[in-house]
Parts: sequence; structure tokens; C-alpha cells
Amino acid sequence: MLHATIRRALPALMMVGLLAACGAPATNGGAGTASAGASSAAGATTAGSANTAGTGGELTIYSGRNENLVGPLLEQYEQETGTQLNVKYGDTAELAATILEEGANSPADVFLAQDAGALGALADEDRLQALPDAILNKVDARFRSPEGEWVGVSGRARVVVYDSQTITETDLPDTIFGFTDPKWKGKLGWVPTNGSFQAFVTALRVLEGEERAREWLEGIKANEPKVYDNNTAVVQAVGAGEIQAGFVNHYYLLRQLKERGNSFGARNYYLKNGDPGALVNVAGTGILSTAKHKPAAEQFVQFLLSDVAQRYFAEQTYEYPVVPSIPLDPELPALDEIQSPQLDLSKINDLKGTLQLLQDLGIL
Amino acid sequence: MSLGQSTTVQHESEGVRVAPHSLRPPMFLLLLAAVVVVGMLLPIAYLLLRAVAADAGIVQQVLRPRTLIVLGSTAGLALSVTTTCVLLGVPLAWITIASDMPGRRVFRVLTALPLVIPTYIGGYAIVSAFGPRGALQVVLGRLFGIEHLPELYGFWGAWLALTLFSYPYVLLSVQTGLRGLDPALEEAARSLGFGPWRTFWRVTLPQLRPSIAAGGLLVALYTLSDFGAVSLLQFNSFSRAIYIQYRGAFDRDYAAALALVLVFLTGLVLGAEIWSRGRARYHRSTVGVVKPRRRASLGFWRWPAVVLCSSVVLIALVMPVGVVSFWLARELQAGEPQRLVWSAAWNSMYSSAIAAGLAVAAALPVAILGVRFRSRWTAMFEGLAYAGYALPGIVIALALVRFASHYVPWLYQTLGLMVFAYVVRFMPQALGTVRSALLSVSPNVEEAARSLGHSPLHVTLRVTLPLIRSGLLSGAALVFLTAMKELPTTLLLGPIGFRTLATTTWTATAEGFFARAAGPALLIIIVSAFSMVFVLRDAWSDSR
Repeated sequence: MLHATIRRALPALMMVGLLAACGAPATNGGAGTASAGASSAAGATTAGSANTAGTGGELTIYSGRNENLVGPLLEQYEQETGTQLNVKYGDTAELAATILEEGANSPADVFLAQDAGALGALADEDRLQALPDAILNKVDARFRSPEGEWVGVSGRARVVVYDSQTITETDLPDTIFGFTDPKWKGKLGWVPTNGSFQAFVTALRVLEGEERAREWLEGIKANEPKVYDNNTAVVQAVGAGEIQAGFVNHYYLLRQLKERGNSFGARNYYLKNGDPGALVNVAGTGILSTAKHKPAAEQFVQFLLSDVAQRYFAEQTYEYPVVPSIPLDPELPALDEIQSPQLDLSKINDLKGTLQLLQDLGIL
Repeated sequence: MSLGQSTTVQHESEGVRVAPHSLRPPMFLLLLAAVVVVGMLLPIAYLLLRAVAADAGIVQQVLRPRTLIVLGSTAGLALSVTTTCVLLGVPLAWITIASDMPGRRVFRVLTALPLVIPTYIGGYAIVSAFGPRGALQVVLGRLFGIEHLPELYGFWGAWLALTLFSYPYVLLSVQTGLRGLDPALEEAARSLGFGPWRTFWRVTLPQLRPSIAAGGLLVALYTLSDFGAVSLLQFNSFSRAIYIQYRGAFDRDYAAALALVLVFLTGLVLGAEIWSRGRARYHRSTVGVVKPRRRASLGFWRWPAVVLCSSVVLIALVMPVGVVSFWLARELQAGEPQRLVWSAAWNSMYSSAIAAGLAVAAALPVAILGVRFRSRWTAMFEGLAYAGYALPGIVIALALVRFASHYVPWLYQTLGLMVFAYVVRFMPQALGTVRSALLSVSPNVEEAARSLGHSPLHVTLRVTLPLIRSGLLSGAALVFLTAMKELPTTLLLGPIGFRTLATTTWTATAEGFFARAAGPALLIIIVSAFSMVFVLRDAWSDSR
């Protein structure tokens, strides 16, 4: 009897599968291309209002920034402007590769990236268009591309997170090279696969030269640092006393402090005198050269640099606003108090060389 | 017909006796199989296009000594993981199917479940248990003052993680094989004076060769493609090198060239599988009902068997579930609002189910051709279907991004394309089980139906399919479980805003929100476990 059931059910199941697979694209495709198909009513308003940006319309965003971090902000934008945001979340580098593969057929209007490197890679292949001066001028020149193809949206400082229960700031060196001292053996943690770490190594190569960069990496490696999968794991390990210091971005500690209270046993330390270890990098955005909703895209980028959005980044993700005059989280030192190195961020684009170096040294 | 026929029969003289009329495959079968194989080859076509367009220096870049070293160590990892998976999977399958071990039915389900643990969760659990300052070290440190455990990161960690979470491929395949076995053969051997051990080695094991080979092939190719475990446990594998090129350097040409090397390695593995599969005949020669199996009595050995099963379940299933439950407990304690993951759960379930059905449907024509109409050509079809299976997900995703966005933009970023990508990635899993199931069905039955005047299509639907249903179901189950945890193609090819349990888990863990990852991660495990129980419900009856 079971045989009979299965015999009847199996071909039916397969047919359902085929139908579902063939049927779905027709409806979804119509909605996705905005012009035809089931959403014709919505499509008409889109076409009409795209030029007078601000009411309705839609926008396709590829976001390499995590949904947990930017999702609420984007929802707020949708509610305030009535613009429908179609957001594809993913890994920054994978989305950049996707945009490159899509070429002129990319459905994306705007790319939100975790780091300037991915934006630079798109700019190099002419996939981004120049932004209007009204947008560029809002942001400090050090946080945008010199050619005006992308702008930073929020800043993140490289820091040393240290175990505040066993050591104090005075035990910590002024420069990142101080950590190659054998007294740090077995007490350090890092995340060599992390994009921000790799951007820092690239900056180290630009600022100090290949030889010194290699020396630093070899010196740290000789101290047998614990390797972690992500920055949060490093901060937690420092807080738990597993290691005494780790190289991370500044905001991971702030999230832990909010979650676990100020008794959490770790604090941030900012290296001094323009040390490469105090680099301030950005997460940024750019508009694709093939964007179909250019005015809406520009309006959205304007929004990311507005007081509302900048305050969101300062208060919710504990990052640095890139627009002056936004109050910081009380735990954070002001941006100009950080003695970060003078460096054009678009110069730290040789990620390939950094990966090569990390692989040659057996770190990756 | 006559010339081709006589050479083929000679060629096959060791094994399958093929009736004359079955030598020329029916047209519909050939066409279907050709469509499937073309779909499976899309990613490789993309890689070739990329590699050809790259500048000439790419060959030198790929053939650097460093690449070859990584290639060698990756092959070494695949070989060792496959070996241990066979050493673990075959005894577990036999104990749970053919012995009188107490609790064998429960263990039959439990030992298959580690397959549902995504490696990015399983790997994390292994690190927190066996890693530096992990639970084991803390316990040993307190008891014996042991400060350092052997280094987990690197080869051993990757080997352990991949073995623990992919041995069920061998287990399920061998269990299916054991169920299809005619116990009459073993009984005959026993009656001729063979002891239980000798019977196992000389009669049972040789008959299980195609099942072991099919499971081992999946393990070996999965090991080559895996990124989650090798990145967490820091083993420098080939697929990790490919990911690094995409993620860090945006160098798609070099990544494509590296991926082609992986395809070449797949060819070697396939050759080994075909060799190890053997050419013997596996189906029963007599018609009639298979006798219920008589359980082998383990005697004292049933207790070590229980210990073996329990330890595997403890490490590969209980531990990862424990880690996730700990996250969940912390989330509840912190009073974080439970996020709605039901829609994600539904999305995961139906997209994986459609993919499972389609994958089995796609595997059928290829398997029938390969088993019933065996020739050099049909063997090549089978091989080509596996060609892309060792490619990391990101490679397949980007290949389909390329093709779909340029040639079928109306299909791009739709559910249809995403499911198609699942089928391209996971169809080989169904192919292996469908193939072993077909091998255990005698072609005589089909021939009898043909001789009664039924068309080939009719015979396939009314005779063959019902007979291999257990193989079809376990093939569908494998694809379903793997699709449930699929990430790269879901993220890049899925419709905008399409959330699955896997993407929700990833979104949370990527930024270190482990508490938020707990709900969806547990749901993946629970949903998959239930579907596994559904598939294995046959397993509860001890009769076959």
C-alpha cells in the first residue's frame, strides 16, 4: 500500500517542483524589473516620481553592511520618504565581485560597503559614477575618494583592546611595533582574515615600507598570537582573560560594554604619534555607473550623511560620524584626539600585495 | 546495433548481463540526461571563459610551487577525511542495521543527524570544546594540570570537523545498501561454514562496495569544496585560497584558474571512485520477496558498540546543539526580543524541498543511463554531472550571476534561479544514492514489463521508480539537508529580501551577535531532524 502511495505521489511531487520553479520567476521577475508585469501600478508611479525624488519610487541597494547594523536605519528611510528599498545583504567583497560580474546588467543602484577597498575595486573598473559636490563637500576630504566616486559614511578606528583587570594603559607601548617584544608571547590575539585588519596591514606597508611591515608581522607571529575568526571573539577573549591584548576596530568593545555592563574587563587603547596602528578607516557608499534610479540614489546617499543617519551611527553602531558636529558616544575619544596617521585612504588599495605577504609568511 | 552490442557485452563480461534490447538507450532518456549535464556544466563553462580571457601569466601564477603544495595538502585532507568517514560510517551502518545492539533504532536516526549541523556552527563547537582554553583543556587542566592540548588549528582540526560532520554521507549510503542486500547470500555463506567475520569480509562488504564508493565520493568532493570548517580551523585548503582571491583581491581570473585546478582534482577522485566501485553485479538474481534479515548477535561486543555510537552522537550532535542552546539561553536571559524567524523557516523548507525533488528528478535519467545502458558515453555523462561538485559555493554562485544577468535577466535573482543553483550544486548527492539503488534492482524485472508490451517510459514510472523509492528518498533527503544550510548562492542569487534560516544565522554570527543566531540555528537543526525522521521512518521497522 505504501508502494502505491509513493508511486502516485512521487511524479506529482516532481511536477509540483517543476511548476514552482518555472512559475516563480515570472512573478518575481516582473516585480524586480519595476517596469512590467504584476506590479504595473507600482511601476507607473515609480517611473513618474523617480525624477522628483522624495515621494515614492524605489531603489536597489547591495549592502555589505550587516542587516543587524543598518536595517533599522533603512527602514526609517523607507517610512519617511515612501521610497521602497530593495536591499540585498551579503559579504562586502562577494557583493563587489557580483557587481563586477553583472557588469552593465547590474540591478543595483547603490553599494554600501564595509570598507573603502571594495569601493576602490569597483571604482577601478569604472563601475561607480562621480558623486555631486553637494554630497562630497559634506564629508572631510580624508574620508572620501579623491576622484569623488565614493564617500565614507562612518569611521572606525583601529585600536588595541586590552585586559583592564590585569594591566593598565601604562603597560602598553606607544607604537604597534612594541607588541613584537617577546614579553607579549602567548598574550596576543588577532583576526588575519578580517578585512579591517588587512586594510591596516596595507596601511602599514604604505606608511612604513615593505620591510618594516614584514618585520612587524614576523615579530607578532613569533609571539604566537591566538587566531580568532572575528573581532567580537577577540574582545570576548580579552574580557575573559584568555589573552591580554588584541588588534581590532574600536566599536566591538562598545557593543560588549552595552551588552554586559561596565564591569566587562576590557578597554580600548589608542596608539600614539600617528602610529599605523591608530588608523581611522571608513565604511562607505557609492552609486553605480549603471544606476537606473540616479536621483533617488543621490537622495539616499544624502540621507546617509544627514544628521539623523550620522547620529544613528554614533549612537547605535558606536562608529565615528564623518560629518562634523554630531555628538559622540561618551565612551569614545573625539576623532581629532586620536593621533592617527596622515594617510589618503585611497592609497591603501593594494590588498592583493597584502594577501600575498600574509600568505608568504604563513599567516593566512 | 550488432557490432556495438557484441563489443559492449565482451567489455562487460565480468559483470552485468545485459539483455539485447536494452543496449540502445531510449531517446527521451538521452535528451533528459543531456539537458541535466549541460546545466551541471555551466559553472565550468564560466571558469573556462574567465581563464581563457586572462593574460598569459596566469598559468605560471597557478603552477607556482606554493599552489602545488596547497593542492597536495588539500588532496591529503580529502583522502584522510574520506578514509576515516568510511572507517566510521561502515561499522555504524552495520551496527545500526544488521546487529542486535540495544537502542539500534534510536541510534539509526541519531547517528545520521550530524549531517544537519552546518560546518560554521559545528566548527565553532569543536573550537570551544577542544581548542586552546576550550572546555576539555579547562577540565584536564583542573584534574591533571595539563596546560596545552595538541594544536587543534590546521590539519587535525579540519580533519576532525570534516569527519564528524560528513561521515553520515557514508553511513546513509551504506545503510541503504544494507537494506537492499539479500540476506540469503549471507546465510548461504554461514551454512557453508563461514564465521560471522568471514561472512562480513567476504560476502557483505564486497556487496557494499558501490554504496561505500558513492558515500566516499560525496565526502571527498565535499571536503574539497568546504569553506566553513577549513576557515574556522585555519587549514589552508584550496577552496580557502579561492575564497581569499575573491574576497580580498577581487581577482576573478586567478580564482577561476585555481577553481579549474580543483575541477581537475575532481576528475582524479572520480577515477578513483569508478575504480573502487568495481564491475560486479549487485542485484538479486532471483525474483521474490527479500527475506527479513536475521540480526547478527553481538554478544559482549554490543556494549562497546553502544559506547561507539554514543560517543559519536555526543561529539557530533549533542555538543553543537549544546553550544547553540547556550547562545539561546543567554539571549533569553538578556531579554532580547525573539526575532520572527518563522517566515525564514518556511522559506528554507520549501526552497530546499523543491530543490530536493528537482535534484532527484535530474539525477534519475543520468543514473538510469549509467547503470542500465552502461557504455563509455554514459559513464562520461555521469562523470560530467559530478564535475562541478567540488567547487566552492561562491564559484558556482558567481558563474550563475554571470550567465543569468547577461542571458536570462528576467530569471536573475528569482526563486527559480536560486533553486536551479541548489540543483547544480547538490544533484550529485542524489545521483549516488539513486545509482546504488538502481544497481540493487534486477533489470530482469524491467525486461519482464517490457516484454509485456509496456513502453520504456511506462516501465520507468511504474516498475523502476517504485522499486528504488528508498534510494530516491534518501537522495532527496541528502539534497534537502544540504540545501537547508546553503549560504553563498542563497545570498547572491536569491530574490531580494529572501531570508532563509541559514542567511539569518549567518547575518547574526558575521557581526558576532551569537545570541541572535541561536534561534535560527536551532531551527535549522530541529526542522532538518524532523525531516530526517520522516525519511528514516522506514528505519523504525526492523524488517528490511
